[in-house]
Amino acid sequence: MGIDEELWEISLRSLRVTLTALLIASMIAIPLGTYLAVQRFRCRRFVISIINALMGLPPVVVGLVVYIVLSRSGPFGVLNLLFTPTAMIIAQIIIITPVIASIAHQSMRELWAEYHDLLISLNTSKWQRILTLIHDGRRNLLTAALAGFGRAIGEVGAIMIVGGNIDHVSRVLTTAIALETGKGDFVLAMGLGFVLIGISILVNLAIHTLTRTEREGRW
Amino acid sequence: MTAAFPLILSGVQVRRQGKTVLGPVDLTLCANGTTIIVGPNGSGKTTLLRVMHGIERIRAGDVVWENDDPAKHAFVFQTPIMLRRSVAENLAYPLMMLKTPKDQIDMAVDHWLERIGLESSRGTQATRLSGGERQKLAIARALIRKPDVLFLDEPSANLDGHATREIEELLHEVANAGTRLVMATHDMGQARRLANDVVFLLNGRVHEYGPAEPLFATPSTLELMAFLRGDIVS
Ligand SMILES: Nc1ncnc2c1ncn2[C@@H]1O[C@H](COP(=O)(O)OP(=O)(O)OP(=O)(O)O)[C@@H](O)[C@H]1O
Ligand SMILES: [Mg+2]
Repeated sequence: MGIDEELWEISLRSLRVTLTALLIASMIAIPLGTYLAVQRFRCRRFVISIINALMGLPPVVVGLVVYIVLSRSGPFGVLNLLFTPTAMIIAQIIIITPVIASIAHQSMRELWAEYHDLLISLNTSKWQRILTLIHDGRRNLLTAALAGFGRAIGEVGAIMIVGGNIDHVSRVLTTAIALETGKGDFVLAMGLGFVLIGISILVNLAIHTLTRTEREGRW
Repeated sequence: MTAAFPLILSGVQVRRQGKTVLGPVDLTLCANGTTIIVGPNGSGKTTLLRVMHGIERIRAGDVVWENDDPAKHAFVFQTPIMLRRSVAENLAYPLMMLKTPKDQIDMAVDHWLERIGLESSRGTQATRLSGGERQKLAIARALIRKPDVLFLDEPSANLDGHATREIEELLHEVANAGTRLVMATHDMGQARRLANDVVFLLNGRVHEYGPAEPLFATPSTLELMAFLRGDIVS
């Protein structure tokens, strides 16, 4: 296998793992962040501070915990997920869900302050409120998701532990960079680094353009 | 005419941050006509309207409707709240929340766009409208559910004479069609033009209440007299 093919494979795996994690994390974090903005309940402040605390969780520790849980003797050992892309996805979900939820909550709170009186006055249900905020705040939510993407695509500690950096199985850009740097192949490591940065920029640009056309076209 | 009224407020009190901003208020609004709420800034007009609409937590007292159906109330806020959507989508929103069939929504939206003269702006982002256009849109959006009761909080503040007249014509029409209007304003001319009865608020209390004509002609308190003259009342 040539360098190019291998690079291609690793890049695609990086994207696939991160985008899958991002999708699942967003599906949890966005409704959660919005719900916390709209609904008052007794432990709301507590839940919010838990999320904010989880945001600062060291990825290596997340990796370690996921490793223990998925390892042969762990509770989910039978699933044989350790050292697979799925394990990396799980770790990334745990790392970025609090990040997305926290940023989403912040901007949904501002939108809720703006909409509150109208939506209460129209006697909307809780679900209608949440869906309205998600719909009308979608651009802010995209920003929240982008922050999660950036965090996930560049993450190395946790996925190194749970993925094992196995060639053709779980090697992704960040773990490959770590490996090549360790071997002293700085040129290759730098090359991989540029690919990583390129992907980040591309995804950001793509989303930026998407929201841009929407703004100019319909708004 | 409207089954929701009379509306009876007894001993209603609202406190914010430890201070009483409204009340105690005892007030009975009868079934017909247009009630105008006047009073200096901070006298509690907005708070009273919100209490009646049921979106303000009251500390004490009761608000009793003859027949309470929240879907039959509508409220136009002092600062119009525009959804970050197009003009047409703003109009459609209250009906969408009632799960009205799409063709009916489209018909109502077209009707109201024409009524407020915003057909050419139907696709425009509502937050880009001018102040007067926003106010008209907010009123149309409130009326699209065909409410029995419409609360309006200074709907023509910051508007010029032309826009104010347009809005007043619309309100006249709506009132004649049987919608009960309760409206706060600081425009005394407007109060005289629209009011059947008047509530004069001062420091969170109902200072005077009664049919518009005698109340404007012969106010029974010095404060209202001064207020009508345009003097500063405290
Ligand atoms: N969120 C709040 N927190 C504390 N006090 C408030 C709050 N909102 C209103 N108030 C106070 O409640 C009182 C009544 O306010 P309200 O808005 O009902 O007056 P208003 O008659 O509508 O005034 P304006 O003519 O300026 O609209 C005021 O003294 C105001 O300072
Ligand atoms: Mg007010």
